Amino acid sequence: MTATSVKIGGDRKVADAPGFTSSWLRPAIDFIRQHGPKLGWGLLSVGLFAGIWELLWYLGIADHRLLPPPHIFLGDFAGQAKNFNTAKRWEIGVDPNSGPTPLMAVIITMASSTMRVLAGLFIAAITSLCMGVLIRYYGLFGKLVLPTVTLLAPVSPVAWLPVAIFLFGIGNGPAIFMVFIALFFTMTLATITQIDSVNRNYINVGRTMGASKRQIYTRVILPAILPGLLVVLRLNLFGAWMVVLVAEATGVGYGLGQIISMARNTFNPGLVYFTIVIIGLLGFTFDFGLRLLQRRVLFWLPKGEGGLSGG
Amino acid sequence: MGDGRQLNGAAPAVSCVGVGKIWNAGSPREHEALTDIALDIDPGEFVVLLGPSGCGKSTLLYLIAGLEEPTSGTISAHGEPVTGPAPERSLIFQETSLFPWLNVWQNVGFGLSVRGVPTEQRKETARQVLGRVGLSDAFEKRPDELSGGMRQRVAVARALAMQPKVLLMDEPFAALDVQTRVKMQGFLLDVWDVSKASVLFVTHHIDEAIALADRVVVFTARPGRIKAIVPIDLPRPRDLTSPALLALRVELTALLRDEVDRAFAEQESMSVTG
Repeated sequence: MTATSVKIGGDRKVADAPGFTSSWLRPAIDFIRQHGPKLGWGLLSVGLFAGIWELLWYLGIADHRLLPPPHIFLGDFAGQAKNFNTAKRWEIGVDPNSGPTPLMAVIITMASSTMRVLAGLFIAAITSLCMGVLIRYYGLFGKLVLPTVTLLAPVSPVAWLPVAIFLFGIGNGPAIFMVFIALFFTMTLATITQIDSVNRNYINVGRTMGASKRQIYTRVILPAILPGLLVVLRLNLFGAWMVVLVAEATGVGYGLGQIISMARNTFNPGLVYFTIVIIGLLGFTFDFGLRLLQRRVLFWLPKGEGGLSGG
Repeated sequence: MGDGRQLNGAAPAVSCVGVGKIWNAGSPREHEALTDIALDIDPGEFVVLLGPSGCGKSTLLYLIAGLEEPTSGTISAHGEPVTGPAPERSLIFQETSLFPWLNVWQNVGFGLSVRGVPTEQRKETARQVLGRVGLSDAFEKRPDELSGGMRQRVAVARALAMQPKVLLMDEPFAALDVQTRVKMQGFLLDVWDVSKASVLFVTHHIDEAIALADRVVVFTARPGRIKAIVPIDLPRPRDLTSPALLALRVELTALLRDEVDRAFAEQESMSVTG
């Protein structure tokens, strides 16, 4: 570690000289050179936020019962984790102390919510892409369907909650449905906007080269709208996380939303903040993953275009 | 025949008779882009359309390419009426139109792949036409790795891969710097010489028209109408400082000046009223 830090701060020419740096250190140094400043600012930003909170608590301005600072709600990890009991305690004849260990329960809870977000996001992405393309490809279909889609797009996903319960009862179904319905209409409209804004030259080139309508869609429009669609997907990822919590609060067994709901009912602020931290970290990880995916899929875009550099 | 010249038997490469185009017909934004265009282009002829910006010369190119339909009149190519776009009438655009998600040879072979030509054959054709435009080294490169001039040469190669009979070029070198532009003109003449295709080339640069054209077709400002057709029967490459061409330059400048003034006045009045 000391060797690394010396080389970062030290003279570049010396560090780059052959034989000076052992080969296994090189990737690590490159990684820190490239991402170090960003990582540093990120840590500083979070640290500042937590520090101000701690300070307010220390000065007695922030009530420790309502706004317990990070060192309290994160310090008691074992205690908080006990609340993440994924055993079906409510069923008759089940030992309340049975089920997975608290740590496992936290992981199962996170995985459940993540799975719902992923499933909803995946279904919504595929169906909205198909719907958007169909609306633009078949004129009659578009005239019949587009007004309804536009009408339903601004409806808050919360309004769909009863529908989700009517149709799917409780369990994973309604939560996935909620994520799907929250994204489907807006992403369909986004797909249409993307199709409409494809550079006319690309389409005209396809036409003069003798491409059929179908070929224009599959070989010109689809690759042309892909960058925009991935940006839309990334923006909607946060929406998906917001909605899944609402859906989970209504009784899906277990999930992060259920924990928040329980924390509210049992007046446990520490648990609320603890869960918020988990949700934030999950969302960040997701966004990071989607950005990597973008970079891989959209190899032709120079860095900094198509929202690749955001965040 | 569109412009009444006598041809020896063969049908003209492109023939326009009484062609007009009104955009947004019937709506408040209606405007007449072209009116009563009569023009024949011989097989292998190099014709330049010269006129002020927005005079409809690009519109005529789109109509001949089959991307838009004329409001009145008929257009035929090699005796057949134009009903839609076709690879034998390739259009080359002003701005880069290469697909960024394909590399150079895939771009060049796009038209062939649409036809279902197998990969190996596509690569072979791409290699040939890229050689003709002097870009053999760029075979595997991506479009954003190329300069503007190279990208336009790839676009020309893409058109050549379809063995076009007519090359339609919409201010293809307008976005390039002056030195590159002159180079590209020379290179285009070489390609034209080999391919035997007719070329219809749109520009608002008088020098470009003089360097390239067998005939220069001067357009009026809106609605676009043919004001004059000036033949240039001189061997290429041409010395633009020779007395004959300087005289021609003066003539074309005079023809164009009125139209530029009119177009300018119209734009000013439009920006006041609209």
